[in-house]
Amino acid sequence: MPDEPLLELNGLCKSFGALAVTSDLSLTVRPGEIHAIIGPNGAGKTTLIHQISGTLRPDRGSIRFVGRDVTALPFERRARLGLARSFQITSVVPGFTALDNVALAVQARSGSSFRFLRPVSAETALNDEARAALDTVGLGRVAGTPAAALSHGEKRQLELAIAIAMNPRLLLLDEPLAGAGPEETDRLIGILRDLRRRYGILLVEHDMQAVFALADRISVLVYGRIIVTGTVDEIRSHPEVRTAYLGEDALA
Amino acid sequence: MIGQLRTHSLPLAALLALAAAPFLGFGDGFALSLLARAMILGMAAVSLSLLIGGAGLVSLGHAAMMGVGAYTVVAFDAAGVSEGVIVFPAAIAAAALFALVTGAVSLRTSGVHFIMITLAFGQMAFFTASSFSSLGGDDGYTLYARTEWLGARILDNRLTFHFLCLALLALVWLGCSRLLASRFGRVLRAAKENPQRVLAVGFQPYPYRLVAYTLAGAVSGLAGALLANASEFVSPALLSWTRSGELMFMVILGGVGSLSGAILGALAIVLLEEWLSHLLVYWRLVFGPLLVLSVLFLHGGLIGVIPRTRAALRLLPWTRRNANA
Repeated sequence: MPDEPLLELNGLCKSFGALAVTSDLSLTVRPGEIHAIIGPNGAGKTTLIHQISGTLRPDRGSIRFVGRDVTALPFERRARLGLARSFQITSVVPGFTALDNVALAVQARSGSSFRFLRPVSAETALNDEARAALDTVGLGRVAGTPAAALSHGEKRQLELAIAIAMNPRLLLLDEPLAGAGPEETDRLIGILRDLRRRYGILLVEHDMQAVFALADRISVLVYGRIIVTGTVDEIRSHPEVRTAYLGEDALA
Repeated sequence: MIGQLRTHSLPLAALLALAAAPFLGFGDGFALSLLARAMILGMAAVSLSLLIGGAGLVSLGHAAMMGVGAYTVVAFDAAGVSEGVIVFPAAIAAAALFALVTGAVSLRTSGVHFIMITLAFGQMAFFTASSFSSLGGDDGYTLYARTEWLGARILDNRLTFHFLCLALLALVWLGCSRLLASRFGRVLRAAKENPQRVLAVGFQPYPYRLVAYTLAGAVSGLAGALLANASEFVSPALLSWTRSGELMFMVILGGVGSLSGAILGALAIVLLEEWLSHLLVYWRLVFGPLLVLSVLFLHGGLIGVIPRTRAALRLLPWTRRNANA
């Protein structure tokens, strides 16, 4: 069924003590769409990402991914189903080269890793796919550089390459532009634009210009609740969104 | 290949020196038994280095695994069995099983908790060994005979024993290096640096760590069985936590993150201990500060001495011209 959503959240609830950080939240991501989530600080965006990726269990509600209920599945099992997550604070293996970082992701979906004697660096099949993913994000020329020596923007690109190398169905991107300079932002937006249609993308981002440039649909999250979901134009003109969240500048 | 030789030049030189030692005036019984001890502890240190440097698992109960191997030899000896074909596999399997069971629990924790829980398991093994009165209890147990191989008493020959230990040490080093360079090793290394990232690409580190812990236990069991044969005596002191600390110090002195460093560390500590104890009565007063100084000034351990010296030489004005030429 082509119209079946990739990801479907139903009535998700999560509280820390008396504080409801996610309340009765439902949303869908369809194949090939970029669904952006915006909202002020403390709206519960990252908590939501944690629940979708499986690092945090929701109190109530269900999460369906590629047609199956994954609410009880741990993080790494969801990853194996094709849910690739990037982190708000860059998370790569600093001592590995860029290539090895990506090859690790290829390795995760290419047969058993309980192989003890053959040097993994000589596995050309893994390296070729890793190199292709690096080329996709424009990092081919730093394949041999240790991740720790890459610039901040390059690390963000590397995280994207790792996500792509997982051959995912859905990319879960937690502020992929955070901390990137203007030039790096342009490059990352370009990369994300290339990636749309190939994967469903759930994008959490503060950069409004980027969100408006990329998203097919936008959901506005305030105090753990989605107050509206709509297209870019609908969100721009929505009165509640204007008052609750967006400044006049952002709409200019 | 040449690069490989270069980075491993120091440990390779050490192994060659060990091979030549019996023919260079270190062929008497005392020297050979000292070197055998160093090589055997070297094996255990390499397996601990695999855990600490490779997987980020700082275990303070590693001597217990060696002790399980040694006490397996003792238990068989007490039962009148000294056939190596039975005793050695049994010692390795017993230590591996001990590692598997304690690891299954310990690896659910991390950081300081992991250190403490491995220490606790080590102490449990220590007190268990102390309370086996049929195996000598606190006093220890003197072996009736060294282990035989298919009835042949080949381990009684000190030279044979020396080269057996040397071959096994080289094999352990090679095996652990291969392991770290494999697919399995890559998952371990990545999980050491960033477990979150490893989960995010779809690996649960736990089973990989447990297998590594078990393999390290098996290697230590082998070392323990050899050590029992080397000294023909086993006492609970072999399992004490100070012994675990000593193994850890060998790893640190040699250079964390380098398996071969553990070999250098083991050799350095065993030989230095011996030498100082002959020189001085209160040799520990010197030994302690030496260890402290080495940690303070040998960043990267003994294994880093050659590359660092080379780098330092390059900075000198009269060598700089040569380097450019």
